[in-house]
Amino acid sequence: MNVWLNFLIDSLAFGAVFMYGSTGEILTEKAGHLNLGIPGIMCMGGAGGCLVLNLIGKSSLPGFLIVMLGIAGALAMAMLMGMIYSFLTVTLRANQNVTGLALTTFGVGLMKVIFSKLDPTVYLVGPKTMYRWPFAGRTDALQCLGVLFFLGVIIAIAASLVLYRTKVGLHLRAVGENPGTADAVGINVTKYKYLATCIGSGIAGLGGFYYIIDYMASQEAYLSLEAFGWLSIALVIFALWRPHMTIIGSTVFGFLFSCSSYIANIEGITITMAAKPILKMLPYVVTILVLIITSIRNKRENQPPASLGLSYFREER
Amino acid sequence: MEKNLALSMQGITKRFGSVVANKSVDLDMYQGEILAILGENGCGKTTLMNMIAGIYFPDEGKIFKDGKEVVIRSPKDAFDLKIGMIHQHFKLVDLFTAAENIVLGVEESQRYNIKDVNNRVSEIALKYGFHIDPQKKIYDMSVSEKQTVEIIKVLYRGADILILDEPTAVLTPQEIDRLFSVLRRMKEDGKSIIIITHKLHEVLAISDRVAILRKGEHIATVDTCNATESSLTEMMVGKKVTLNIDRSEPVAPQARLEVKGLNCVDHEGVQVLKDVSFTANSGEILGIAGIAGSGQRELLEAIAGLQPLTSGEIIFNNPKKDKPVTFFHKSMARVKELGAQEAFHDEYGNPVSFDGMTNKQIKGWVESGKVLFREDEVMNLRDKTPLEIRELGVRLSFVPEDRLGMGLVGSMGITDNMMLRSYRKGHAGFVDRKKPRALADEIIRELEVVTPGVNTPVRRLSGGNVQKVLVGREIAFAPKVLMAAYPVRGLDINSSYTIYNLLNKQKKNGVAVIFVGEDLDVLLSLCDRILVINSGAVTGIVDARTATKEEIGLLMTQTDTQEKEAVQ
Repeated sequence: MNVWLNFLIDSLAFGAVFMYGSTGEILTEKAGHLNLGIPGIMCMGGAGGCLVLNLIGKSSLPGFLIVMLGIAGALAMAMLMGMIYSFLTVTLRANQNVTGLALTTFGVGLMKVIFSKLDPTVYLVGPKTMYRWPFAGRTDALQCLGVLFFLGVIIAIAASLVLYRTKVGLHLRAVGENPGTADAVGINVTKYKYLATCIGSGIAGLGGFYYIIDYMASQEAYLSLEAFGWLSIALVIFALWRPHMTIIGSTVFGFLFSCSSYIANIEGITITMAAKPILKMLPYVVTILVLIITSIRNKRENQPPASLGLSYFREER
Repeated sequence: MEKNLALSMQGITKRFGSVVANKSVDLDMYQGEILAILGENGCGKTTLMNMIAGIYFPDEGKIFKDGKEVVIRSPKDAFDLKIGMIHQHFKLVDLFTAAENIVLGVEESQRYNIKDVNNRVSEIALKYGFHIDPQKKIYDMSVSEKQTVEIIKVLYRGADILILDEPTAVLTPQEIDRLFSVLRRMKEDGKSIIIITHKLHEVLAISDRVAILRKGEHIATVDTCNATESSLTEMMVGKKVTLNIDRSEPVAPQARLEVKGLNCVDHEGVQVLKDVSFTANSGEILGIAGIAGSGQRELLEAIAGLQPLTSGEIIFNNPKKDKPVTFFHKSMARVKELGAQEAFHDEYGNPVSFDGMTNKQIKGWVESGKVLFREDEVMNLRDKTPLEIRELGVRLSFVPEDRLGMGLVGSMGITDNMMLRSYRKGHAGFVDRKKPRALADEIIRELEVVTPGVNTPVRRLSGGNVQKVLVGREIAFAPKVLMAAYPVRGLDINSSYTIYNLLNKQKKNGVAVIFVGEDLDVLLSLCDRILVINSGAVTGIVDARTATKEEIGLLMTQTDTQEKEAVQ
């Protein structure tokens, strides 16, 4: 296969990390909660999944079950983080930014502790082939696509359908736009906020797990995971708060982020060491451009949910 | 015709802290009637209705729907009982279409399909004669369209009791007309409608019966056909209560502030001030009476330089007098600039020039009090920022309605709040804390502010003490014009009298005091003249010593004849 096609497939696979992260973040933000804990939650998702695989990786369980249990581990750990975040910001009405940043610091640190105790030969080597199904063992770029990649695409599309085509989605968007109104028509605002945050965190956690176990499949992968958490939050803006847009957005981000290493392989282009970090900045530059363009056009549909970042308290007048 | 009781309230009492919002209210309403609830600001109309709609829960009393006792704990309970309320502030999601807002929160067995909803919305609209596009986004809608969405939202849920909280406040006469015809059709359809309002002619035009509330109590319910504007006003405002406020005769009043033809449009394009003209005299308290939101806030903010005007003049008159230049009102740069323009003179009348002097020398000279200037006699304050007004040497003090929002910073102590007025003073970038600290101590001592210390955040003080701090600060700068918006709102009787006395003292000192109040008894006992404002226009200026409450009440609620005709 030619280098460009490989490049595209790799961008897709790489972008799936962001796709999970930002789909999760969009769900949370649609409920009016700016979850800056996403990097920490992705890290903890990765740690949770690998912890489970470390326990069962050498057992004789069927491959399917190992995959499911790994995913369940990642989900459980990330949703636990989401629960902490919801409890602090929804029930106790703590400041969302501070809570999120604290969760990130906590999650990244705890993940490093967990990984230092895990044995990569157990949690990586065996499960890797299972997660790469149906492309396991291939030598071209397609080997990067596996179960978790397709799951990510399905989740992104499903999230969009739920948000824009169902009543649950209508209610969730109402909660994020104007919780007072939602409350007045009998929608349980707290329930929606908790569920959206926890489910969103779970999805984001899968992104971290995907990156470590499937895309990178290396024991150092977890060290760079935090950066992808931040990129995921940037991608939310790029995708204009629409989950299905993250599929395109994440590919663009993946493309831009990895183009420094691919461009060097293309004949006729020479690249210096100094240029690489500059190329890696591109996703952020594009995010700023998108922000500028959407702010200038000022279309209401492309703006963040109106009550994003604000705590809701019924009796406050 | 035999009428069935639709809703009945018995002995409803609601307290907020020590304030009693509703005191054992009994109210009945029948099926297929329009009941108007009439009352002054803060008489508990909205609170009472909120208890039916499930926003508040009554402390005492019972509510019966169709003869059965019911408990309404949330808006959802109210919806389940087919009671729907259209709030004054619309509860709509801007980003959604009309249909999406209408269907929000409705539990239906069938699958959610926005097309079905659109059709059903159109059906309801057709039935009662609304005009609405179900697919239009709320943020594209006019206020009247938004109100239509709110009403359909309630009808969509099958409500048979509709409560409308001041529905006409935001509408044009034509829109009011259309709304009333819709309401009549709903009444014919057997729905019961409660309409909260303080516009008398609307009450007479639309309602079958009128319930009058005053200070949280139900005064009477009368049949509209037996009522007149004056009989309703009398019940609404009640008998005059004489308050023991010491009112002195104004001494040598002179026109201090002349406001001519002010017009002002708010950010939504609604005209909030219409051709407002008046004169505030020195040594006099000018009261401003009106229904809440009739433009009082905008008027004061316009004078204070916070509200852009479309037309009009604000003329400040000041007696000619030589005064020493101070750095309080003017920055060093401004002093130098004016010095270069020969605006200052020394004690012998020779012009002052700062040529070739260092800042330190200029400062020394100015602070010796020997650099004098003659205040401009007449100044137009229009389109001036508060800072520019202060630099002109106009001492204008403003005690805003929103004490902890606009007046003081809640999380700062008294000293720091004093500095909000003097932060421009100080040396080489450092602020002067000594004088504000001394002022803070003085205010605490003189006005008996109860506080643990000068650095306690003012937010933690009680309402009365907060107001004392704010008024004390504004008075400390020896104002020529003192404007106070609702300065006694939420204050207990003793704190209120402290504030009245402070205002009276300022009046004796020759300050032109402008007092916006809501209690007519207070206005009549405290002020010398009362200006009545109604929907942004001045409907009259009366002598407070001779005016009656009914007279003011009518001026507050009457509408011009053109609007009246449109309704009937």
